[in-house]
Amino acid sequence: MTALATFHLALRALQRNKLRSLLTMLGIVIGVGAVVAMVGIGNGAKAQVEAQIATLGQNVILIFPGSSFSGGVQSGSGGVGTLKLEDAKAIADEVSGVVAVSPGTRVTSQLGFGNQNWSTSVAGEAPEYFDIRQWEIVEGSGFTEQDVRAASKVAVIGATVAKQLFGEEESIGQIMRVRNVPFQVIGVLKPKGTSIMGSDQDDVVIVPYSTVMKRLSGATNLRMISVQCISEDRTQAVVNGITDLMRQRHRLGQDRENDFMVRSQQEIAEMATATSKVLRLLLGAIASVSLVVGGIGIMNIMLVSVTERTREIGIRIALGAHGTDILKQFLIEAVTLSSLGGLIGILLGLGTSTLLSRFAGWPTLTSANAIIIAFLFSAAVGVFFGLYPAKKAAALDPIDALRYE
Amino acid sequence: MPPVIQLEHVWKTYRSADVELHAVRDVSLQIERGEFVAIMGASGSGKSTMMNILGCLDKPTQGRFLLDGCDVSTLDRDGLADIRNQKVGFVFQGFNLLTRTSALENVELPMMYSRNSLGSREMRHRAQEALALVGLANRADHHPNQLSGGQQQRVAIARALVNQPALLLADEPTGNLDSKTSIEIMEVFQTLNEQGITIVMVTHEHDIAQYNKRCIVMRDGVVRSDSPVLERLDAKAQHAALENA
Repeated sequence: MTALATFHLALRALQRNKLRSLLTMLGIVIGVGAVVAMVGIGNGAKAQVEAQIATLGQNVILIFPGSSFSGGVQSGSGGVGTLKLEDAKAIADEVSGVVAVSPGTRVTSQLGFGNQNWSTSVAGEAPEYFDIRQWEIVEGSGFTEQDVRAASKVAVIGATVAKQLFGEEESIGQIMRVRNVPFQVIGVLKPKGTSIMGSDQDDVVIVPYSTVMKRLSGATNLRMISVQCISEDRTQAVVNGITDLMRQRHRLGQDRENDFMVRSQQEIAEMATATSKVLRLLLGAIASVSLVVGGIGIMNIMLVSVTERTREIGIRIALGAHGTDILKQFLIEAVTLSSLGGLIGILLGLGTSTLLSRFAGWPTLTSANAIIIAFLFSAAVGVFFGLYPAKKAAALDPIDALRYE
Repeated sequence: MPPVIQLEHVWKTYRSADVELHAVRDVSLQIERGEFVAIMGASGSGKSTMMNILGCLDKPTQGRFLLDGCDVSTLDRDGLADIRNQKVGFVFQGFNLLTRTSALENVELPMMYSRNSLGSREMRHRAQEALALVGLANRADHHPNQLSGGQQQRVAIARALVNQPALLLADEPTGNLDSKTSIEIMEVFQTLNEQGITIVMVTHEHDIAQYNKRCIVMRDGVVRSDSPVLERLDAKAQHAALENA
């Protein structure tokens, strides 16, 4: 019998029991639908996190103060200033592969302009900071090395601050108050959106680090050092170089732990995606269980069908059907069931992810690969679970089958 | 030309536990082209086993069976399937048509399983011809449940004939039919036989056997008698008599 005729036969058999076929497919539909929707949501979340990581800049390494140990007292991480301005200078001068370094300080301040006021974080950084974070200044300009040396009272403001403080007004050249110290706004930053931690990256004022140290906080410790590495594959070497240099500078013996933390952009990205990876695996496991259960459902119905149609099988064999003809007939029926379920499942999954992104605002990203794999997998489920009933049908003895009531 | 059926010392033995049951014992038999043979016998006489062997659904335990000159004893499962497809046309007591499938498609079925497959148009054409031969040309689209018993059996006969087999094998073809319809079916068989088709049928009804040309009676697995039918009945005349009465 030709493949086309066999396929036609299988379709007719399924049509005769529409409700039963539909119910049998349901397991596969749910399984494949779950896989497709899950992959869509997972990819979307991953893409979003990657986009957020990219806002950090390129090949960025961040150094934070860690816990220190002095006189028998262990301080909390970041509690004591262990990072000094000299550390940043030494990293720039001594570690190879480093392109740019910016020492960072932070102070939370009340800003004022006219009768408007706004509380935000004021960051002291070096002029290189804008390059390291690839942060474009859309209006005005950044500050210079000259401003750092002179501890100039100039500020580059984020989009959120510009909106809150100046509204529709032109902000460049305006004088705003930071802790009652007048600062001239010289630049406005391009919006970057939400950070991985969920905070608004545009709610910031950036001024020369020396200005924060001398005029705002008086602190000499750094909150962070941002380093740009020359290339992605040199990252680990640079991280090691920084670690060695810092341990040496902080005179840490063999038995002492680091009193600072070095994090590369890749590490931060991995940490951020770790949770979503676990979630994806979990959803994937549930979806596969559903596929297996769906497969068992198909096997069950095919076994029932073989028993019901024993007489038909007997007639076919008596009229000259080979075992393989019968095998093909039932196998194609099972595969048609499962792949049809797969197709419906794909549509369901795509629909679910579209609805989720439209109404719940979840970012989703469907890939053609995932859809093709889901379809092939559903067909494979049909082959796997259809084989046993089909073999059983093909092995029937025509004399017994014809006598079957 | 070889005989259609040639049995040489055929035995069929069933073994269960340590009891041996000889369903057919040492039967030798020859049926020539154009014959019309009834095989009779009570239940347990071995006539069903004979039927299965002649239909190539089963193989003899011992002895040789040549169907249209072809030694069946040496064939495997698929080889037997091909022989059934090409050389044997089956007509069963319970019609055994596929339900929810049109008469035409039922008749096309044996051609579907032919190794040298025909195009779908050619299959349709041949199936139409076979249906016309049994007088059902205008019922091709009907499903079995829309047909009477006699009509269903005619569809089965058309199906048996469609691959132009060497042998038409009927197992109690009138067993499920009333006497009037039985005569109709025997009329179809007699007409086909007059056209040269070899027919072997198993029956336990004496009056049905009277329409055949030769009658073989079996008992306990052996052939008791094998003789030409005397006072042969003509189905056409019987049918006409019934119509007039």
